[in-house]
Amino acid sequence: MTYIAKPKLHHPALQTNAVGFTRRDYEGRISTLCAGCGHDSISASIIQACWELSIEPHRVAKLSGIGCSSKTPDYFLGNSHGFNTVHGRMPSVLTGANLANRDLLYLGVSGDGDSASIGLGQFAHAMRRAVNMVYILENNGVYGLTKGQFSATADKGSASKKGVANADSPLDTASLALLMGASFVGRSFSGDKAQLVPLIKAAINHRGAAFIDIVSPCVAFNNHPGSTKSYDYVRAHNEAVNRLDIIEGRDEITTDYAAGTSVHVQQHDGTWLRLHKVDTSYDATNKIAAMNYIQEHQARGEVVTGLLYVDPKAEELHANINTVVTPFNKLGEKELCPGSAALAKLNASMR
Amino acid sequence: MNSITAVNDFVIKFANINGSGSASANELFAKSILRMGVPVSPRNIFPSNIQGLPTWYEVRVNERGWLGRRGGVDMLVAMNPQTWDADLKEIEPGGYLFYDNSKPLPASKFRTDINVIGMPLTELCNATYSDPRQRQLFKNIIYVGALSALLEIDPDAIATLIGEQYKGKEKLLAPNLNALKMGRDWVIENLPHPIGLRVQKADNVGDRIFVDGNAAAGLGCVYGGATVCAWYPITPSSSLAEAFQKYCAKFRVDPETGQHRYAIIQAEDELASIGMVIGAGWNGARAFTATSGPGVSLMSEFIGLAYFAEIPMTIINVQRGGPSTGMPTRTQQADVLACAYASHGDTKHVLLFPEDPHECFLHAAAALDLADRLQTPVFVMTDLDIGMNQRLTKPFEWDDSRHYDRGKIMTAEMLDAGTQFGRYLDVDGDGIPFRTYPGTHPDKGGYFTRGTTKNAYATYSEAGPDYIYNVTRLLRKFDTAKNLVPQPVLTKSAAPTRYGVIYYGSTSPAMAEAFEALAAAGVPVDGLRLQAFPFSDVVADFIAEHEQVFVVEQNRDGQVRSLLVNELGVDPAHVLPVLHYDGTPITARFITREISTLTRALDAQTIKDKVA
Repeated sequence: MTYIAKPKLHHPALQTNAVGFTRRDYEGRISTLCAGCGHDSISASIIQACWELSIEPHRVAKLSGIGCSSKTPDYFLGNSHGFNTVHGRMPSVLTGANLANRDLLYLGVSGDGDSASIGLGQFAHAMRRAVNMVYILENNGVYGLTKGQFSATADKGSASKKGVANADSPLDTASLALLMGASFVGRSFSGDKAQLVPLIKAAINHRGAAFIDIVSPCVAFNNHPGSTKSYDYVRAHNEAVNRLDIIEGRDEITTDYAAGTSVHVQQHDGTWLRLHKVDTSYDATNKIAAMNYIQEHQARGEVVTGLLYVDPKAEELHANINTVVTPFNKLGEKELCPGSAALAKLNASMR
Repeated sequence: MNSITAVNDFVIKFANINGSGSASANELFAKSILRMGVPVSPRNIFPSNIQGLPTWYEVRVNERGWLGRRGGVDMLVAMNPQTWDADLKEIEPGGYLFYDNSKPLPASKFRTDINVIGMPLTELCNATYSDPRQRQLFKNIIYVGALSALLEIDPDAIATLIGEQYKGKEKLLAPNLNALKMGRDWVIENLPHPIGLRVQKADNVGDRIFVDGNAAAGLGCVYGGATVCAWYPITPSSSLAEAFQKYCAKFRVDPETGQHRYAIIQAEDELASIGMVIGAGWNGARAFTATSGPGVSLMSEFIGLAYFAEIPMTIINVQRGGPSTGMPTRTQQADVLACAYASHGDTKHVLLFPEDPHECFLHAAAALDLADRLQTPVFVMTDLDIGMNQRLTKPFEWDDSRHYDRGKIMTAEMLDAGTQFGRYLDVDGDGIPFRTYPGTHPDKGGYFTRGTTKNAYATYSEAGPDYIYNVTRLLRKFDTAKNLVPQPVLTKSAAPTRYGVIYYGSTSPAMAEAFEALAAAGVPVDGLRLQAFPFSDVVADFIAEHEQVFVVEQNRDGQVRSLLVNELGVDPAHVLPVLHYDGTPITARFITREISTLTRALDAQTIKDKVA
């Protein structure tokens, strides 16, 4: 329904955030996805997270690959620059964009076809390169735009809409992100905004490669009995390890919670994450334990969600390669060109 | 036997083993002749291997300054038994063979029509050095010393060069000088010298510099303002990214903070490297990649995106022998079509053709400007012959008043002033729209970049008129490009002629020499050196002005000729191919022979036509 222009007007009493924007200012065009698509809920969560964090919309760059999920950046943050790149290659384009201007917030949106198949390599390398970004993978286990083929994240034995069982092993992108060096890994469900919005906010505040795998049912091709990416299946098998709050203040947290039920983690930018533990044995700062936990529960057919891992002291690409603070796209001849005198010296050394 | 005698005009070829340390000794040899004021042009001929396989270094000494490969060998320094037989065959009759005679070889291993000069190099080394690596390395310096006596090279020039090389490493200086002297003294005491080939002081080098094209292009990217280099190692381009790294470390580190005004990412593959370049270009940084043919094949999908979404980027293609893995360590100009029309759908790209390291520097910096001005991919089409060989070239120049041309950038101030912004709107009639950098303005100038079709305001559209508007505008932009790119260079024959020659890139030095040889052979020709695609109008005029045009290229299929036929509608019979594609650099001898043969046939045909 793209031909229907979305009205810009809104109720004058709508609440504004610290930078003076209403939630509506974070919206984009009207979605062209199927009614009930999980991806639209994720777009709504991104809008909510950015509004709550008072991020200026135009200071966000949103990049995607190709597929249903990759269409969604058109449907949120309409005043941000967006880039729909080529299939599976969002991570490299985002990396380059990030190098050019380190001051923007980089939001990469991808799907399971985009990231787990054609783009598996770029996904892995963006994680290990510690690109400062939020990598959102909208995971429905199926190729929607080409009408229902299995993707690489479809569980072995799960059935397609036509009833054919998938014979291949699934690729777990959250585990892979951990293994590849992502310093923030979360998993959530498009149908659980209460969990998802704080997770996106925490990922935005995180410095380094932040990855969120979001199970997002495809109502057209993968929401039937026999699917393990359907609304019903995920609701029945969702094993949240924690619930997350973002605390805006940078002061030390003094409130005491019952021992073992809540922990605080301070992020690079000074903000605090408060993790209400659902499973008290889960330690989101222990990478190896997290990997074990995810594997164990996955083997039982459960979908482990929540903040799975965070390294609050992580560094990002710009720090690793020691670039100047000024964005590259603001540097001119004065900063970049060594000039003719230096060239004359070089010439002399080449004789 | 007539021994070859020549002063300042001969070819000497060193046959070595990869990894034996011969490269620096051979470079020392070449540079010492330059220091005597005599131009040289050395060429590395090497395998796709790190250690153990044969490698050659061919030095053309030529006082006139012809820098193309000549062909033929006047003197062979045979240091590799593996290639002995084949190497010996290359020596011109009356030429010279210099070899290590520590172990006796049967007479059947030699030719009777050449001068054989034996020297017990291994014996001398074994007697002097106990460390095996030293024996190996100093053997190279010893033969340089020996050659200095045989060819009358100024030993002081060599000693000075060694001194410069080991400045601050005095421990290494003395042993090298000793080895040099040992070789020289042995020849003076034991052999007739000099031989028929000699080097004599001259004054024909001038202020020229000696540098390889990859270093020059890397430096050009520093001067041209590139801040992002994303690359994936591939021969023969890797040393370009490494040179950029080296010069950035020298020139682009903030003296106060130690922070870098550059980012170099060695990507996981060429797809990622070009993706990063596109991302950086989209976001307003100057970005480039260096690659070769196989890399361009991998990048093709992204090149189409950059063309269609109009994102500036620079690709330096150091061409090698194709297709497929082809001849990774040999030279060709065989990626012209693949780059000119890279990617699916209707695409055309800007190509620059540097002729030498000087132009590698110029064109690399120019490409960064052109990419921003035209908002499109720009290819710098160099090749292995220019890229990986040191070449005598004009010194680099930079005008300090030069400003980077960032092209049409819509700023926040312009947007606030109410300037109309349509990302793909042709406001100036030159086909080039304005762009905004991401993050420019809170509520104006934002747009969505995509590889799908869109209207002039960057909104998704599959409407025919929107599509046509865009792709015809892209053609208009390409037409604008032809006047912005470096223009063709005309070399007019002294005598009137009906023949013209079109050539480009690394063919240039051989062609310069061939002009003279052709004129001497009674076949004067006019020359037009292409510096870029799209073709300037000058090119069509040149073809029209000559009855017959030859297109000299280093590929099998006459790729620029195809472009001329395709883009200018030239009659194929009007442009005859002259093609050299065995992986070695083209020679003046080859060009002269081919064009003479073709013109003889054409002249005979003209006479027949007249008689009929």
